[in-house]
Amino acid sequence: MAANLPTQSNVQGGIGATEPGIAHDEHLHHDDHHEHHELSFLEKYVFSTDHKVIAKQFLITGIFWAILGGTLSSLFRLQLGWPEATFEWLSPFLGKWIEAGKLNPEFYLALVTMHGTIMVFFVLTAGLSGTFSNFLIPLQIGARDMASGFMNMLSYWFFFISSVVMFISLFIETGPAAAGWTIYPPLSALPQAIPGSGMGQTLWLVSMALFIVSQLLGGVNYITTVINLRTRGMSMSKLPLTIWAFFLTAILGLLSFPVLFSAALLLIFDRSFGTSFFLSDIYIAGQALPNVGGSPVLFQHLFWFLGHPEVYIVIMPAMGMVSEILATNARKPIFGYRAMIGSLLGISLLSFIVWAHHMFVTGMNPFLGSVFMFLTLIIAVPSAVKTFNWLATLWRGNIRFTTAMLFSIGFVSLFISGGLTGIILGNAALDIQMHNTYFVVAHFHLVMGSSAFFGLWAGVYHWFPKMFGRMMDEKLGYVHFWLTFIGVYLVFLPMHYVGIAGFPRRYYAWTGFDMFSQFADLNKFISLAAILAFFAQFIFIFNFFYSIFRGRRASQNPWNSTTLEWTTPIEPGHGNWPGAIPAVYRWPYDYSKPGAAEDFIPQNVPFSQTQSSNLPYEREME
Amino acid sequence: MTVLGILLVLVLLLVVFGLLFRLQILTSIFSGSFVREIGMSNRVNGILMLVFLLFGGAAFAWSFIENYSKMNPPIASVHGHATERMFWTTMIIIGIVFVITQIALFVYSYKYQHQDGRRAFFFPHNNKIEVIWTVIPAIVMAGLVFAGWKEWSRITGPAPKDSVVLEIMGKQFNWLVRYPGRDQALGVVNYRLIDATNEFGFDLSDQKGLDDFVAGEIHVPKGHPVLLKIRSRDVLHAVYMPHFRVQMYAVPGMPTKFWFTPTKTTDEMRAQTGNPAFNYELACNQICGRGHFAMKLAIIVDEPDDYQAWYAKQQSFSSQNPDVLASFKQKAAPLGTSEAAPAAAAVVPAAKASL
Repeated sequence: MAANLPTQSNVQGGIGATEPGIAHDEHLHHDDHHEHHELSFLEKYVFSTDHKVIAKQFLITGIFWAILGGTLSSLFRLQLGWPEATFEWLSPFLGKWIEAGKLNPEFYLALVTMHGTIMVFFVLTAGLSGTFSNFLIPLQIGARDMASGFMNMLSYWFFFISSVVMFISLFIETGPAAAGWTIYPPLSALPQAIPGSGMGQTLWLVSMALFIVSQLLGGVNYITTVINLRTRGMSMSKLPLTIWAFFLTAILGLLSFPVLFSAALLLIFDRSFGTSFFLSDIYIAGQALPNVGGSPVLFQHLFWFLGHPEVYIVIMPAMGMVSEILATNARKPIFGYRAMIGSLLGISLLSFIVWAHHMFVTGMNPFLGSVFMFLTLIIAVPSAVKTFNWLATLWRGNIRFTTAMLFSIGFVSLFISGGLTGIILGNAALDIQMHNTYFVVAHFHLVMGSSAFFGLWAGVYHWFPKMFGRMMDEKLGYVHFWLTFIGVYLVFLPMHYVGIAGFPRRYYAWTGFDMFSQFADLNKFISLAAILAFFAQFIFIFNFFYSIFRGRRASQNPWNSTTLEWTTPIEPGHGNWPGAIPAVYRWPYDYSKPGAAEDFIPQNVPFSQTQSSNLPYEREME
Repeated sequence: MTVLGILLVLVLLLVVFGLLFRLQILTSIFSGSFVREIGMSNRVNGILMLVFLLFGGAAFAWSFIENYSKMNPPIASVHGHATERMFWTTMIIIGIVFVITQIALFVYSYKYQHQDGRRAFFFPHNNKIEVIWTVIPAIVMAGLVFAGWKEWSRITGPAPKDSVVLEIMGKQFNWLVRYPGRDQALGVVNYRLIDATNEFGFDLSDQKGLDDFVAGEIHVPKGHPVLLKIRSRDVLHAVYMPHFRVQMYAVPGMPTKFWFTPTKTTDEMRAQTGNPAFNYELACNQICGRGHFAMKLAIIVDEPDDYQAWYAKQQSFSSQNPDVLASFKQKAAPLGTSEAAPAAAAVVPAAKASL
């Protein structure tokens, strides 16, 4: 097929643009140039500009952080499940943070803070979107690499330095940041208030600033690549939903992360240079501070202006991948392709104007609360449309339960369970009671935490053959899925009960209150389930690393999928396609088309070759 | 030694696991199931989907019923009854959606699992269905928003004029409470005047503050609107009173407020819950440091007469701390002389504290 189209490499970039074609030719020369002398180890695996290697770097760093974030949660679940127990046996690991057998309460707060920071930013933003945006955008739109390979490399290394700084902060004398992952000042601004707000918080802010630089470099690249480097015929209305999701995610990140950057900068000023953006009327540690006129609520506005789009930055890539995997393995077109794009657009737009629903009871003007309640509940509509469309995709399919498919079905289930309680929390009148309770914790762990993790796993299992040329073991995958799926529900469903009863989050123990005395057994149960679910992840880790080296060899298109990445060689080199880049003729979801010989027609098959299955309007394009 | 033993057992278990895994791969290669793309495991997973739905659904229903009585803190405020009704109404609505969608998800997964020779139904879109399931959620949401907005506006609207007023101040790690005295007006406070005795930062040069009194717990009369004025003197805290369905942040530099009407006295609630030791409690619900989890205050709801009696017995802060009062008199005295005036002015900037 490629032989029929000798000129297509010159018109890469779609929409008749000539300049990208020229740039592309240069790129080809560039590749030829490299074939002459081998890349050194350092260029190939460390400071690589190849998007596939960078994706793997993001993924493996993300896995490292996920193990660490999970370990931290196991530690604080031990404390919550067994508040009366002594943890002398942990002192070899935790040192002075175990005081006379008890976990230090300030270190407990540091644990929850770092768990949140690590999971939200380092795993589910960098590890998820960093991995798959990098890996899939060039492969699925038919490009040789990202628009700027060098910026892409910088994006990873900024993330790496940011990771190093955050990692170091875990080991310093005063402990890591401990003001919650939302780092609300004044607590995060005053080392007198909690030791973690000393050096630990400084490192947190520095690390986050570097992280934001990484995100912006990556985001600019993703957007540019999707707009400019699509192969011939790949119009926006033929993009796989994964690419739509990554594209909109990058736009959200580009618009919202700078606001977090400014919040962090102002907080650094308040902490170190005596300004009063967020501080006012404070008497602490026997001293009245000179700061007046600042507002802690201002910080919350700035933080959640990123913080809310951030949850969609986390969940949208997962939505995109799940749409793709559900369609592939149900052997059916995704139901309502245009509605799926429309709902992604709707979610992206609305995600910028709902942030203050995190702040109904912070003293914000109640009228503002009414406005944000209205906007928040609207966002449930596009989310509902997506859910119904996923269900309709399964209906009358011919489902293959690959591990990726199981995780995608699990994603839909968790997204429903967690999403529905958002309707309660988005209602300001009900949020008065539920705010900052375990109901909130259960809600977001299901809808953005676990769901996004399920999307991540689905993506890894599905695209592993493209990444490493080998398959992951399916049986271990099944065990991993069922243990995790059951584990997640055992942890987070009972957590709703605890939340309805009003148990506050970020509590070291509830034993001081009579009104919070009833659920000691349930908390023990939740802790046990959480720790077991955490250990089940080692099955995945083993499977992942074992399969990189010893897994079954993959075929070129193991899932019989329609998208372009499966037209590359089993282990694509730098430049992705050895010859010309294939052109695209059709949308990515021609599964089980009536009249077709096979139950899938790849995007690069022209209509002239599929006359038996063409729909009336497609006949004109033959 | 035991640690070593445990580690050894773990390592051995891992080895056994690894060997079993390898063995399983080798046998499946031998039997040929390794390459067969869609085999028995597809059926097993399909059945597990159904099993998960049935057992998971049953376990969820059982545990919910089992824990239902424990998860509802008894209600003790007027608006609490309204929000509680709305909460459970919304729960029923989302519960119905939850059940339908989860059943569809798992039943479809089971029912439409792969069968050799069958082809999936090519069904890319259907505008009619899509419009229906966009409009229905939109209508339901509109209803919920409207109900929520009405209730929210009522709760956060202005407090009745005759409300009992009291002020609560959060600090690491306890709560301070003060009431206006007979003049029904809280005096000016200023955070720069805070010290070990004057924890509130009373500015006693303000006449209104002379009869203010502080209390170790909150007393409020039953059946009477209560306006809580809330402030913090160091970091963020949140006043959280689950029985009254009350929550509001305490923000340094920005006083906040919340009003509610208690409906049951502490004694009545003791009788209702059958717990003679019952007490209303106030918890801090915004991370504030080491003692966050133990930042508690007792609330006592009295019959109006008992409340009046308690109120009448209280002694003002100024009368209990004559030396603090005296220090303000001293400062005030030299105000007449010109040389000391700038210094005194610096100590007492006009506080925005008084509401």
